[in-house]
Amino acid sequence: MRAVLRAFRRPMGAIAGGWLLAMIFVAVFAAWLTPYDYDIQALKEAYQPPSPAHWLGTDEFGRDLLTRLFHGARTSLSVSSIAIGISVLCGMVLGAAAGWFGGRFDRAVTVVVDLTWSFPEILIALILVAIIGPGTTGTMAAIGVAYLAQFTRLTRAQIMMLKGETFIEAARSLGAGNAHILFRHLLPNALAPVLVSAMLATGDAIILEATLGFFGLGAQPPTPSWGAMMSAGSALVFKAPWIILFPGLAVAITVVAINLFGDALIAELDIRARMRRAA
Amino acid sequence: MSALLQLSGVSVAIGKAHLLEGIDLALDRGQILGLVGESGSGKSLTAMAAMGLLPLIGGRVTAGEVRFDGTDLSTLGEAGRRHLRGRRIGFVTQNPMTALDPVQRIGAQIDVVSRLHLGLDKAAARARTLDLMAQLRIPEAAAVAEAWPHQLSGGMKQRIVIAMALAGDPDLIIADEPTTALDVTVQAQILQILAGLVRDRGLALMLITHDMGVVAQLCDRVAVLYAGRLAEERAVGPIFAAPAHPYTRALTLCIPREGMARGSLHGIPGAVPSAAAYPAGCRFHPRCARADATCRATVPALSALPDGGLVACHHAEPGAP
Repeated sequence: MRAVLRAFRRPMGAIAGGWLLAMIFVAVFAAWLTPYDYDIQALKEAYQPPSPAHWLGTDEFGRDLLTRLFHGARTSLSVSSIAIGISVLCGMVLGAAAGWFGGRFDRAVTVVVDLTWSFPEILIALILVAIIGPGTTGTMAAIGVAYLAQFTRLTRAQIMMLKGETFIEAARSLGAGNAHILFRHLLPNALAPVLVSAMLATGDAIILEATLGFFGLGAQPPTPSWGAMMSAGSALVFKAPWIILFPGLAVAITVVAINLFGDALIAELDIRARMRRAA
Repeated sequence: MSALLQLSGVSVAIGKAHLLEGIDLALDRGQILGLVGESGSGKSLTAMAAMGLLPLIGGRVTAGEVRFDGTDLSTLGEAGRRHLRGRRIGFVTQNPMTALDPVQRIGAQIDVVSRLHLGLDKAAARARTLDLMAQLRIPEAAAVAEAWPHQLSGGMKQRIVIAMALAGDPDLIIADEPTTALDVTVQAQILQILAGLVRDRGLALMLITHDMGVVAQLCDRVAVLYAGRLAEERAVGPIFAAPAHPYTRALTLCIPREGMARGSLHGIPGAVPSAAAYPAGCRFHPRCARADATCRATVPALSALPDGGLVACHHAEPGAP
């Protein structure tokens, strides 16, 4: 946790983290930040370019784009972060169990995980949405499963590496039991890299969510999502370029911000870097 | 009245590899036993056997028995052996740099041992931790307890590891090359601390080392292991004055001494054979100047020396009284 605060002290971390906080803020308070509703159509106002009344212009139904962008942030960020959260949780349990027990269970998990790992995430997500059906729940499940392999593999590798560390041997020789070693030593040590990779995966998940939304498989109208807004704007790119431009920018800047913040976090969590500072 | 720790004729195998054969050792309270030998001679494995840790690394005792305070370890289940580890037997690992969990504060890592084994509550455990740290001459114990492992020096970390080993109030400390990874100046401090614990608390200490100089300074008795067998086991005085086993003699010649002529420091030619390729007969014979046909064919049995020691050699020197 302290590493997150320290990451804010780095210039890049501060800019990127500031953007992310702003996005979370607009997502939470979307309903109160603008005088418009995201779903009330006003066809007389359609296709307006950015103006003092509509800062980012209006879409083909005359809805305020800024309002929809804020509500879209709510959809995009919550869907991708909840999906990644589920994925991390399941992946850590599965990976820790595989790394800890080894043997046949480990081989079974590894085979399944490697199998899903060999497909691109978008393909897995598309297949799952096809099975579950479009909508936010389907998107969350699809993204969650698509990234499961990554966290399972990472946790498993961490646990297997840590199992051979001297401090585990020391804990054992002082009478620590299996549960103590797993929950007090192995998992806390495996946590940092998994969380950083979860942070970076959230960036990818936002793109994946936008892609599914672009294909019309994500949140269903009138609920706005960045991907669905871009999809609507793509047909009007010459008539009203702002409709696709602003959600596109929102996706791009947010993903870049997540990656930059992730980098700052990696630098802060790096034990070697910490030792250099101490010296 | 048997000793606190008694290994009688202990043989250990991991899988098909027979790594220890017929180890006889005894260690009592207030005593320091040095366990010496080159890398691969089975020192650490002997320690694992003494702690009942073998099942966890896939090893087993194939013959003989390990008794701690009169109890045969093989009659205890894993739960019973866990109760010994930390509570009755403290362990100090080889490399203090990696012996502490990097994501836990120092104090918490010591606290947990006394909370587990002595059933202390949080405050009492912390008080005990600070008390132990002060006894080990750790300055500003309260501040160090809140520090992270990477903030401490190697010598300081080794003191923390010793504090962890002491936290369960054990009767026996097993220290596996506790000073190998440390600076020479810090080595002396750590050894003084360990020797002080034996003197002040009546602890038994098993000191695993390959440094004969440390053995000469600190130990009461010495067990010399070679290729998984006991070569010689004697009190520290006679073993240096008149080593009975040629391997022990060779080891004592490896210690640099004041006033030695340039180039006269010995090494032992050859290397310890691997467990897969132990020679027949005496396992030291390929490197031994005294070896003859008997040595190549027959395993030397352990025989008693007049001073109460043991030696396994066909051509043992009588060991001057």
